[in-house]
Amino acid sequence: MLSEIILEMKDISKSFPGVKALDSVDFKLRKGEIHALMGENGAGKSTLIKIITGVYEKDAGLITLQGEPIHFKTPQEAQDKGIGTVYQEIMLCSNLTVAENMFIGRSHGPVVNWKQMNEKAEQLLASLGIPASPMQELSSCSLAVQQMIAIARAVDMDCKILILDEPTSSLDEDEVHKLFELMRELKDRGVGIIFITHFLEQVYEISDRTTVLRNGKLVGEYETASLPQIELISKMLGNVLEDITKLKKHEPVVTDTSVPVFEGIGLSSVAGVRPFNFAIQKGEVNGFAGLLGSGRSESARAIFTADKVTGGEVKMKGKRVKIKTPLHAIKQGIGYLPEDRKGDGIIADLSVRDNIILTLQVLKGFFKPFSLKQAEEFADDYIEKLNIKTPTANTPIRSLSGGNQQKVILARWLLTHPEYLILDEPTRGIDVGTKVEIQKLVIQLANEGMSVTFISSEIGEMIRTCSRLIVMKDREIVGELRGTDLTENDVMNVIAKGGRNA
Amino acid sequence: MSTMKKSFSHLVLPLSVMALLIIINLVKGADYFRITMVNGALYGNIPNILFGASELVILSIGMTLVTASSRGQDISIGESATITSAIFVQYVLQASEVTPLTIVVAFLLSCVGGLVLGAFNGTLVSIFKVQPMVASLILFTGGRSIAFMIDGKLSPILANDISNKIGTVIPGIPIQTPIILTVVFIVLIAVVFKTTNLRLYVETVGINPNAARLNGINPKKIIFLTFLIMGFCSAVAGFIAVNKAGRHDSVNLLKLIMMDAILAVAIGGNSLGGGKFSITGSIIGAYTIEMLNRTLLRLEIEPAMIKVFKAIFIIILMVVASPVARAYFTKVLDKVRSSNKRKESIPKDAHIPTTNIAVKKEE
Ligand SMILES: Nc1ncnc2c1ncn2[C@@H]1O[C@H](COP(=O)(O)OP(=O)(O)OP(=O)(O)O)[C@@H](O)[C@H]1O
Ligand SMILES: [Mg+2]
Repeated sequence: MLSEIILEMKDISKSFPGVKALDSVDFKLRKGEIHALMGENGAGKSTLIKIITGVYEKDAGLITLQGEPIHFKTPQEAQDKGIGTVYQEIMLCSNLTVAENMFIGRSHGPVVNWKQMNEKAEQLLASLGIPASPMQELSSCSLAVQQMIAIARAVDMDCKILILDEPTSSLDEDEVHKLFELMRELKDRGVGIIFITHFLEQVYEISDRTTVLRNGKLVGEYETASLPQIELISKMLGNVLEDITKLKKHEPVVTDTSVPVFEGIGLSSVAGVRPFNFAIQKGEVNGFAGLLGSGRSESARAIFTADKVTGGEVKMKGKRVKIKTPLHAIKQGIGYLPEDRKGDGIIADLSVRDNIILTLQVLKGFFKPFSLKQAEEFADDYIEKLNIKTPTANTPIRSLSGGNQQKVILARWLLTHPEYLILDEPTRGIDVGTKVEIQKLVIQLANEGMSVTFISSEIGEMIRTCSRLIVMKDREIVGELRGTDLTENDVMNVIAKGGRNA
Repeated sequence: MSTMKKSFSHLVLPLSVMALLIIINLVKGADYFRITMVNGALYGNIPNILFGASELVILSIGMTLVTASSRGQDISIGESATITSAIFVQYVLQASEVTPLTIVVAFLLSCVGGLVLGAFNGTLVSIFKVQPMVASLILFTGGRSIAFMIDGKLSPILANDISNKIGTVIPGIPIQTPIILTVVFIVLIAVVFKTTNLRLYVETVGINPNAARLNGINPKKIIFLTFLIMGFCSAVAGFIAVNKAGRHDSVNLLKLIMMDAILAVAIGGNSLGGGKFSITGSIIGAYTIEMLNRTLLRLEIEPAMIKVFKAIFIIILMVVASPVARAYFTKVLDKVRSSNKRKESIPKDAHIPTTNIAVKKEE
């Protein structure tokens, strides 16, 4: 059964101005298999799937679907032929309802039966356990819920192939499990699934086979079970990765414990966080832990006034300050890397250079533009420091791979040298190698005296980097953990015990 | 090299349209570029185009900024210019003696008027989040009546020497004054872009207002600012227009010029949906439109038919420039490129047999 090939790609090549994104890549997908597609940021994974679905035109190569050469001109055609796709960047309309997003463009015929559509959406949402109502406007859903809706949209029970490009990047363990259940069910029906992720555990949990790409070239195809993790990593990176478990845990270099760098008292915001107190010392790395919807992102947003703050007061180094807008916060030395890269982070059409200097430029002032030379120096400096893969600093950020876009936004904040940096999911969509780099960077910054709040849906990552975890549930703080030997279980225990319905 | 090429790619469309128009004109008569000296000033087809397009160029610059930041268009610019020039004329006419100072004060007053009108539209758009077209519909509808109220009478005449010089030529200077004023205005705008972050802020707001806010840019302020600039542009355009005409015709002054201004922005390779913009493109676009208008006249097309020809021309232009057509062209180009590149293609049936069985099993 495993030998039936439904999709075969041969000698696929694709160049973009300045990059060879794919170079003679072969790929085979069999019926009823879950096939992981692995590689560093910018390896060409998303490009490969966009070539299958007709988003991009291939330069060379042949694609056959069940033996027949195919050549989709639009993604819609691919969908009609039974290839469901969830793209890396969520491509939904935020001003339409959940149900509309799930079905519009998929219905056959011009007439939409709204009642039926909403009912069908309701069922599908319930069966996937997505906490959203069909009539809700999409923009009111959290990023994770939006991601689940994108998945629901792509999954057609009659599809032949399902393509998932980093579908789990903003999901929690629970949602991931739900998704995996769904994937297994589809697999049993004979659907071939292409699964892209940077989470190695997920690859080993769900996939049958793994194809590795590096710098646009095929490294090889392997049976996942017989490919040790270390080998997989070295195949992806081309070298051996240092063991992340050996990453030295950060101990805060607290110089003065009495005066925190930032202190918030009774902060609350329109996003519905209950009034909370929070303080962070110089050189400390703390984390907001909690499940999706626990309020961890909302708290971070309240600190930065990304959402309108409705109450509370703020002290910076002991002095009361008024922070009413993000600009005030930036001027006070606070930086915030948002969770939603596409919606809140990148300025898609602007160059990598402009995206990097943006915030520093705003700090410097409207009437004091950096010279082109200065801007170029800043950009080149960080492109090198963070190893951002881009043809030139002048390339529009939208044409970078997802992970590299993330690095650009990180560079933007590092360039402003904040005293207190909030990182909401900084490693989302970032490959294993760079993930370690970023964790190391956070620790290094803290050693240099920066205070950092690190939020991640991967608890393990937070345990490795944070010296203090603030645990949240139902939009309020339910506990705090300190210590060097925390485990995921400790965190889960606090979550389970704490909260209103405990 | 390749980046250089890229940053000029948006100018390909307006420049090729311009080239096409020049060819048509040259075919019609080889003397198209001929310039003659009349009363110490240069005249001819090209100077006429530069002269005629002055107001449009200035308004297109403002329109470009408004479009980029607010993702919509201001349709009240002709009416705003009529109001501001009414203020100008009113002040000049009440003066007992018209000195250069009178003109300057009158011009500054009309600029204040322009800023007020810009602030009105800008407030509606930025604070009350009204669609730009709807917001400016108010002034579009009522503007000419307001101008008429300021005037108090039909078409007051601006019969003074200075106005005449501003509208035509200053003795001793061989170039018509409106052309000079336009150049000064363009230089002024260039200086503003050089010394401020206007471009970065406006583009950021137009592309992603959420991200702009989180990085310390207030989108409301920037949108408001672009409407203020639009108001200033309207005042300058009104000033030129009324001095050119020598009288203030509240009913017809710069009537429907917003159509041409929006078109200039589009021809200039700018997206009407906001974001990245090119002022150079819009300026070339504005001159192209003037050239088109004059070409149709020169071809001696019946006045009644001119509009039809213009419409057809615009439709073709917009279709050629549309994202759909562009995507199609790039795909075709891609194909040509890849079919050249393709290696000796893999024999097709080499791998089909195995998969054929798969198909049969599934059916
Ligand atoms: N539209 C585009 N225009 C220009 N270059 C592009 C475009 N899309 C992708 N690229 C380039 O192609 C290369 C491969 O990108 P791709 O998005 O396929 O990477 P990826 O493997 O999906 O990475 P990630 O894990 O970060 O998502 C990158 O160098 C990227 O900069
Ligand atoms: Mg990708």
